[in-house]
Amino acid sequence: MRGRRIRFNLVNLFLWLLGGGLLAFAGFGSFLTLAEGRIQPSQWQSLVIAGIALGSVYALIALGYTLVYGILFMINFAHGEVFMWGAFTAFFAATALNDAGMMVSNPVLAFFLVLATSMLVSMLVALMLERVAYRPLRGAPRLVPLITAIGASLFLQYTARGFYGSGVRAYPDYTLFDGTISIGFLSLSVKQAVVILSAVGLMLALYVFINRTRTGRAMRAVSEDKDVAAMMGINVDRIIVTTFAIGGLLAGAAGILYTLIFNQVLFFMGFLPGIKAFTAAVLGGIGNVIGAALGGLILGVVEQLGPNLFLSGYGVPSPNQLKDVIAFSVLVLVLIFRPSGLLGRKENT
Amino acid sequence: MSTPLPRALMIGLFGGIAGLHVSLVGIVNTFQTRDLIADIVTIGSVLPMLIAIMVGWLAGSTPKHLPPASRSSTLLHGAAAGTVVGLILAGLALLVNSVNLTWILVNARPQLAEILYFEQGPGLGSVIIIGGGLLLGAAGAGLHLLPATIARSVAISGIVTIIAALMEPFIGAVLRNVELRAIEGFLYQSGGLTVQGFILVFVLVAAGIYGWAKRGDRAKARVAAMPPDRRRAGKLIAFAVLFGILLLLPQIVGQRLSEVVGTVGIYVLLGLGLNIVVGFAGLLDLGYVAFYAVGAYTTALLTSPASPVFNPELPFWAALPFVILAAAFIGLMVGAPVLRLRGDYLAIVTLGFGEIAREIFKSAWAQPVTGGAQGILSVPEPLPFTRDPQSIYYPILFFCIIAAIAATRLAASRVGRAWNAMREDESVAEATGINTVKYKLLAFGLGAAFGCVSGAFFGTKIGVVFPDSFNILVSINALALIILGGMGNIAGVVVGALVLVGLPELLREFAEYRLLIYGVVLVVMMLLRPEGLLPSRSRRAELHEVSDGDDDDMYADEAGIDTGRPVVSS
Repeated sequence: MRGRRIRFNLVNLFLWLLGGGLLAFAGFGSFLTLAEGRIQPSQWQSLVIAGIALGSVYALIALGYTLVYGILFMINFAHGEVFMWGAFTAFFAATALNDAGMMVSNPVLAFFLVLATSMLVSMLVALMLERVAYRPLRGAPRLVPLITAIGASLFLQYTARGFYGSGVRAYPDYTLFDGTISIGFLSLSVKQAVVILSAVGLMLALYVFINRTRTGRAMRAVSEDKDVAAMMGINVDRIIVTTFAIGGLLAGAAGILYTLIFNQVLFFMGFLPGIKAFTAAVLGGIGNVIGAALGGLILGVVEQLGPNLFLSGYGVPSPNQLKDVIAFSVLVLVLIFRPSGLLGRKENT
Repeated sequence: MSTPLPRALMIGLFGGIAGLHVSLVGIVNTFQTRDLIADIVTIGSVLPMLIAIMVGWLAGSTPKHLPPASRSSTLLHGAAAGTVVGLILAGLALLVNSVNLTWILVNARPQLAEILYFEQGPGLGSVIIIGGGLLLGAAGAGLHLLPATIARSVAISGIVTIIAALMEPFIGAVLRNVELRAIEGFLYQSGGLTVQGFILVFVLVAAGIYGWAKRGDRAKARVAAMPPDRRRAGKLIAFAVLFGILLLLPQIVGQRLSEVVGTVGIYVLLGLGLNIVVGFAGLLDLGYVAFYAVGAYTTALLTSPASPVFNPELPFWAALPFVILAAAFIGLMVGAPVLRLRGDYLAIVTLGFGEIAREIFKSAWAQPVTGGAQGILSVPEPLPFTRDPQSIYYPILFFCIIAAIAATRLAASRVGRAWNAMREDESVAEATGINTVKYKLLAFGLGAAFGCVSGAFFGTKIGVVFPDSFNILVSINALALIILGGMGNIAGVVVGALVLVGLPELLREFAEYRLLIYGVVLVVMMLLRPEGLLPSRSRRAELHEVSDGDDDDMYADEAGIDTGRPVVSS
């Protein structure tokens, strides 16, 4: 028995050293950066705002992970591709409307049309995914649906590559969203404001849906206990389909908001945002809707701010190359120190 | 008998969607350049025909709960489903011809319509598509009316014949290499089978399968009846022959194909290592590429004169022990943080590690050590072997054999049984006194060692190490091949590597759709045959025992690969 304790302690010690070392590294780096005053206050501010905009996109995708996980205890690995299909649809819809001249004549309607089509297509992709890849495997050993999900993810990615070509396509510009807004000492571009407001609006709508509607209540019941929910007369299959549909709708919206920020689409674009959104969901506490939103915002800000704050103090050349490394390190740290996430239920640990 | 008709139409609809997918993704266009029968039929235009036949076959089958259908209704359903496929493809061809969609769908070119119309123009072409769908659907359903053995022989030999045509670059090259040009000329012409070659292959394979179906059981019984020592002798002879073939392989297949064989060998090594982690210990590692990258980079750092800061310029073989040490170290570094994570969390975190490794190797920050995005050039050859594919094959083969033996022995040892128990149920394994921390770290360390050796050979084989060679797709590749072959089984790894790495290298047309096909393979395998093509015996028993259970919870408990949330086990 004693030997066992020591072994566990060794592992713990290693983990604490690793985590503590990383945190100390980041902390000392921030101290150096701030002490040297490398970056102007206005730059900090724009980094934070860019982080919030990016983070609200992550949050929308993360909600899809968290909702599905809350109900099926399964990571929908292909969710990033659902987002990518939304972005591509938004691209084609926007290009078509642009060619038809609607982006100039009636830009607000055009925006909502594009949003609606991309949300719809993403929803359809999510539903197809659920029907073909996940439903037949419900109840199978856990690794099985995960491997299917990886397969489905590759399939969706390379189908997009075959359909739409392998090059990067540049997005038509919404002239409507040019310019900047200043609120007090804050100044942000209209695009960022649109992204943040749309994301917040959708999240509020989701919150109301989950907490105030019958279907939402059924969803919560299913995520508490599938069997009991079924006994109470809830159609579990329908709730699962609804969950995937909502995840898809949000991912589609995230797709267009992401393209608003980055102005381009590529078949591979779903991979990184997908993983980062998953990180956000874990960070907030997977299965927790508010947690996913919070995790997304934090991750977005850390990703934008982190490289400059943590690394530039050490004189690391072009620290922004390492922003993905920072995002993934956040994931590893959270899972080491607080696997249930920031707002996760305690019994999960 | 009207109930199966909507089902047949539904199957036809799905077949039609598959046809749309295959056409629009560009597979039909790509394979248009390859002949099935020289100058008569291209493989591109055979694909839609195959879909119609399959759909007919599916629609002609009767679901278990219905009484068997009559002959005419079987044919009718097949024809109906095939017609739906034909209608959908005709619609696609019409659409492609009348509306310019290329700004969205890059493959929706008039050329696609030409192929679908069999180059007969829209009018006659539409008739051909729809009528062809009808006939082929009926033919597919007709397979049910033949005696089962004959139907199977026909179906399999049809597929084998198409594969034989696809494999022209490979089989043709081998035949030329061993100076059998006469046979090559008889079978192949301008990248496809000749008419007589087509008939010969089809008839031979069909007869072979038919004969095996009739006589195979008797042969198996004869082998089973042999005394054990003779059976063993037979096995030994088989192994010796196999080994002899392996030794002579580069000479048989020639220069260009040896290159492919070498790549397959590197992936076999990689697969054997990942198999320890995933197949034996049940830890789904999606960042396996990190080990491969560390192997390649350590080799490059230690051996290459172009290595930026640190260049002891060791010979390859002197560097290899350090590579393995580095591997074990990195295996522990990756293994320790994920010790307490189970299942899907472990998968995502390891995926993160893989990406972290690549990003760091690539960054300007690490440039002084790893060369950044430029990588490290002029990695030396593993002397006395050279970079020549016919030469470097031998060390790779040697390590593959060592790794295969090591993996087999490990699986049968105490360690292997501990992994097995851990994979089945971690808590129970721990309760029976298995030190899960130790065995998990051991699995990561050994898996990392195999992966690093593989990476070392990758580096020395191509002579340069670039960060972008080590992306997530390498991990996915390795995972797909062990899943296709059968997790936990060594022969499965070899078969998986041959199919998933060897074939795409051989068929340049496939290369573009390789990952698409991997995706389909992963999904289809999990849905239909989760134990893989060549499953290990125990794995097959496990998964089938599982699929008998109805109760969800019992299911999860029995399969017990892992439990749910990120559980902290201390």
